[in-house]
Amino acid sequence: MSDQCEETLGVGLLCEGQHDPGTPPAGLRRAPSGVDGLSTEHLIINMGPQHPSTHGVLRMIIEVDGEEVIASEVSVGYLHRGIEKLAEHRRYDAVGTLMDRGDYVSGIMGELAFALAAEQLMEVDVPRKAHWLRSLTSELNRLASHLVWYGTFGLDTGAMGQFLYAMREREALCDILEAITGQRMMFNYVRPGGVVADLPVGVEEKIRAFLATFPTYLGEYDQLLGGNEIFQARVKGIGVIDRDMALAFGLTGANLRAAGVDFDVRKARPYAAYPELDFEVPLGTVGDAWDRYTVRMGEMAQSARMIGQLIDGMPEGDHIAKVSKIIRPAAGEVYASVESSRGETGVHLVSDGTEHPYRMHYRGPSLYAVQALEELLPGHLLGDVVMLIGSTDVMLGEIDR
Amino acid sequence: MALDKLTGENSMLFIRSEQLFDFARRNSLWYIAFGIACCAIEGLMSASGPRFDFDRMGVFFRNSPRQADVMIVAGTVNKKMALTVKRLYDQMPEPKWVVAMGACASTGGPFREYPNVVLGVDKIIPVDVYIPGCPPRPESVQYAFIELQKKIARRTEERLAARTS
Repeated sequence: MSDQCEETLGVGLLCEGQHDPGTPPAGLRRAPSGVDGLSTEHLIINMGPQHPSTHGVLRMIIEVDGEEVIASEVSVGYLHRGIEKLAEHRRYDAVGTLMDRGDYVSGIMGELAFALAAEQLMEVDVPRKAHWLRSLTSELNRLASHLVWYGTFGLDTGAMGQFLYAMREREALCDILEAITGQRMMFNYVRPGGVVADLPVGVEEKIRAFLATFPTYLGEYDQLLGGNEIFQARVKGIGVIDRDMALAFGLTGANLRAAGVDFDVRKARPYAAYPELDFEVPLGTVGDAWDRYTVRMGEMAQSARMIGQLIDGMPEGDHIAKVSKIIRPAAGEVYASVESSRGETGVHLVSDGTEHPYRMHYRGPSLYAVQALEELLPGHLLGDVVMLIGSTDVMLGEIDR
Repeated sequence: MALDKLTGENSMLFIRSEQLFDFARRNSLWYIAFGIACCAIEGLMSASGPRFDFDRMGVFFRNSPRQADVMIVAGTVNKKMALTVKRLYDQMPEPKWVVAMGACASTGGPFREYPNVVLGVDKIIPVDVYIPGCPPRPESVQYAFIELQKKIARRTEERLAARTS
């Protein structure tokens, strides 16, 4: 036995404890054979909650065999702030501040989901202009959110330049949103019954100036990152979430559409001004990281298109319906959802007729994506883990609430 | 070098070593890339973006606490996170400074009624500069760094004054 070992390996090491690696665990792409029959030990790596590439405070426990991920576990809760519970102690017009801080990169969508739910209970007629302003700010915010994703996804794959360009565009959007709502990030703009303020003077020109350059720049950005051969080699065919898996995990948004499922809340259950807008829903085919990339880039182009339509056709009229100072909606139970930057953001609201919600459930799409990650990671290389987290675009504020 | 022309070729420069070190320290405040919540987008990402560009102030992010001088606590710290924050702070080499960014890190902010939330990060680690706002603008973060630089300069002067008096 010992001589045989020396013959095959050149050294007389580890012959006693040698064992057959056997069949690979399910989901593994390559058998972990070690080097020339030498078995390797599994290593457990803790990643996070402080990690520059986990998009917040996601903690992952990853078991690796060499470079191959064998198992992964996601640990969430490092940002749990009790948004759902605190909402039970806020007045209806103040819950928006909490919803902003849920999915903090696309705050308008969270506010809008709550406002839509509250309006169903209140049975209030929202003015047409409020609908259009809601759609306008939503799309501006979606662009800002996708730009943050685009910049950081590049960082996750090892590129740097696109981050600077993305942040430059985001600053332009932040300026516009600040002019409309008064804040760069936490807007508290959408209230039950309408929106807080009308478009200020001069913001239309700002938006037009932005739209004059953005579609051209977007093509350049796509070339900068998506046209890069190294980037393509890192994302194409990696991290396939197929149709069945996406549906089984309840994924929504770009993660679902990348697998070819045509579901967009803006089309399926239209709200705000979306029924009147002309836009397409970009779809992927296989559901790999590359598809998720192309779907999001396509969404950005569609958002820019919608903003143009919204500015051109902005109706006249009031921006908020007549709503009492203290809102006491009728008792009942409703669900309303919007298409946020990450998928279907929904609010399940139970009212008992008082000025506070009795119960508010916040459906955050990232929570579903992060659960799919747990199943997605095994079989991939350790170096792809960060890229895969980036490709699903999870937002920890929304996961932990 | 311009300094050579000013003082002559064979001149020597006398400076107290601690003054020299503090000069270097306050002009290269590297912060640890540790974003907890919303403030991280404004305080860490926009900050290193092209408009605000903290690099020109010598303020740059490091991924490891071992290489960092400053910790920007950007977001709500809850009880599960508090242990990590404390551990990261302990891992940073001396001298080190802490910036509590935003309402949450300063006092608990809009979430302070919730029992899981730490009412300000100063309950667990010492804080040098507080920034109000929810979230503070990147300019506020820039101002906080200028204040921190002043604080470090003041520290040198105070120490010298205490020794000479």
